[in-house]
Amino acid sequence: MEHGGKTYWQTVVGLLTKILIVWFLISFGAGILFVEQLNTIKLGGYPLGFWFAHQGSIYGFIALIFFYAKKMGDIDRQFDVHED
Amino acid sequence: MDLQTVTYLVVGASFALYIGIAIWARAGSTSEFYAAGGSVHPITNGMATAADWMSAASFISMAGLIANMGYGGGLFLMGWTGGYVLLAMLLAPYLRKFGKFTVPQFIGDRFYSSTASTVAVICLLTASLTYIIGQMTGVGVAFSRFLGVSSDTGIYIGQAIVFLYAVFGGMKGITYTQVAQYIVLILAYLVPAIFISLNLTGNPLPQLGLGSSMSGTDVALLTRLDQVVTDLGFGQYTTTTAGSTLNMFVYTLSLMIGTAGLPHVIMRFFTVPTVKDARSSAGWALIFIALLYTTAPAVGAMAKLNLHGTVNKAVGLETAADGSMKVNPEIIKARGDVYAPEASLEVEKRPEWMKRWEKTGLLKFEDKNGDGRIQYYNDKTKNADAKAKAEAAGWKGNELTVNADIIVLANPEIALLPNWVIALVAAGGLAAALSTAAGLLMAISSAVSHDLVKNVFNPDISEKNELLAGKISMAVAIVVSGYLGLNPPGFAAGTVALAFGIAASSLFPAIMMGIFSKKMNKEGAIAGMLAGLAVTLFYVFAHKGIFFIKGTDFVEMIGGANSFFGITPEAFGAVGALFNFIVAFVVDKMTKEPPEHIQHMVENVRIPRGSKLVDGAH
Repeated sequence: MEHGGKTYWQTVVGLLTKILIVWFLISFGAGILFVEQLNTIKLGGYPLGFWFAHQGSIYGFIALIFFYAKKMGDIDRQFDVHED
Repeated sequence: MDLQTVTYLVVGASFALYIGIAIWARAGSTSEFYAAGGSVHPITNGMATAADWMSAASFISMAGLIANMGYGGGLFLMGWTGGYVLLAMLLAPYLRKFGKFTVPQFIGDRFYSSTASTVAVICLLTASLTYIIGQMTGVGVAFSRFLGVSSDTGIYIGQAIVFLYAVFGGMKGITYTQVAQYIVLILAYLVPAIFISLNLTGNPLPQLGLGSSMSGTDVALLTRLDQVVTDLGFGQYTTTTAGSTLNMFVYTLSLMIGTAGLPHVIMRFFTVPTVKDARSSAGWALIFIALLYTTAPAVGAMAKLNLHGTVNKAVGLETAADGSMKVNPEIIKARGDVYAPEASLEVEKRPEWMKRWEKTGLLKFEDKNGDGRIQYYNDKTKNADAKAKAEAAGWKGNELTVNADIIVLANPEIALLPNWVIALVAAGGLAAALSTAAGLLMAISSAVSHDLVKNVFNPDISEKNELLAGKISMAVAIVVSGYLGLNPPGFAAGTVALAFGIAASSLFPAIMMGIFSKKMNKEGAIAGMLAGLAVTLFYVFAHKGIFFIKGTDFVEMIGGANSFFGITPEAFGAVGALFNFIVAFVVDKMTKEPPEHIQHMVENVRIPRGSKLVDGAH
């Protein structure tokens, strides 16, 4: 179960780490830690930081889950561990 | 037709639908009873998960909370959705591959210990029972407000309905009624929101309306709301936080981890056919949840503006000839003076909906300065400018108090929508409470019948008898939760925080380590669960009393309220989870590795190939 020097599980954990970084940045980062800086930018009538906390992070979460589901399907086939 | 008749018709029709589905989806085997036969389409499961997840609190209270908290309310929006990313990536697909019926069964098998399984059952029962009290009281409240029956009668009717489809249908009956309940509740939420967004901004999508300008002006709705609330001495809507940034951070994280660790949500993912479906189903669940969760902040902000506009003409809203709220662009452009004497609403001219809600006691006013008008402002403001203006205008204190729950419940009346929309909101509130209650009952009854009766007391029980045990424990759970709803213990309000705290600090870390740490042994996992649970209970009890008994709090002993870096007890679950992880790894290092076959089992759980139907067998 090796591919390009990495095992299936290492590849999966690598993908999860990347997704969790984005997950953290769009919610805790943009919505909480850097909200003041982002609020100086406007998205229509929304201050950007406020938008991330009340809207944007949720859209991002949805995109992340479908991206994850697709990527995992690719990895499963690459390592030949997919369901029949 | 009058409102009462329409409400009876709409709510009655929705109940008939749920019962019809229950008759169609009777469960004949334990697999159907616990996991709907493992044959639910991922999109269907996503919809059922959304109804399962969105409770009376999400439907009725959340928009009002956000209206009161402003930006800080985002912690609920992010916290209650971000957990689905964790669930989709870290738990759901692996638990589905494991192929058993319940969360305690996974913990018991993975940590080769019935002690671990029993600890998990206790955590599950505590979290689910505290959660269900709120749902049952929610059912009672919705009935009494909309159908004119007493709250107690409402709970009896609610119990009877859930009994019909949960006891006979099990997970299968619950799944398909939850789909119907989702459709009812989302329509009930979106229809008024769309009307209000159109009224204020001309944009039918509330998510875009919240970022648009007020109709006929180029002043953004949020800018106008900020102006109005700061003029009246409140904190700025788009920047006000609840407590420190650290507290908001930890609170959000606790809700996320708690969401991912709540058993009634996790077990919905046992019902899909494959591992692949478990992954995408979490995404579908979040889409259906996001429809409500991205609308809620618009409902909150717009209803807040509507409310201020109703009692103060200078806000720039006026009541049109037909009674609905319309934007007056001239006043907004001129930025009218909210302290002008004639701006405040005359008591005699207040709209019908205010009179209706006064009767419920959820909306109150008192003419403190005797001018025959209602002044709604923050009389405890630290804003010197607003304070001086209010004094100069002869205002003698805030005269209006509004319960946060009105924001959603009275929304259609404030916007003067037709009676069928008001009736739909009643049906939607009931759907939200009933669907969550059913999901929790399923988690409770499967833990009792499968994890206790079958796995601990009587491993040789036949499938037929286990199914019977499942139905009996479901019926008992309904009676117990109904009793708790009728006689809510004094601590009911504080307990939802406890449910999330327990799920976050005990169940989530144990499941995650069971999958991601092959070498984690039973000693580590049990010590971790107990440590996380103990630390969380200690902090919550220190603030709210031992087992919530009044007078037994010992907050002074730990250095005063929120003494741990200013973190509130509601936000403490993430800290408990951290304790769980640390203790588990330390104990794991000091004790011996798990047996070979357990390590093989973990390797097997990690890959999708070889997934089979969920069967609960050993």
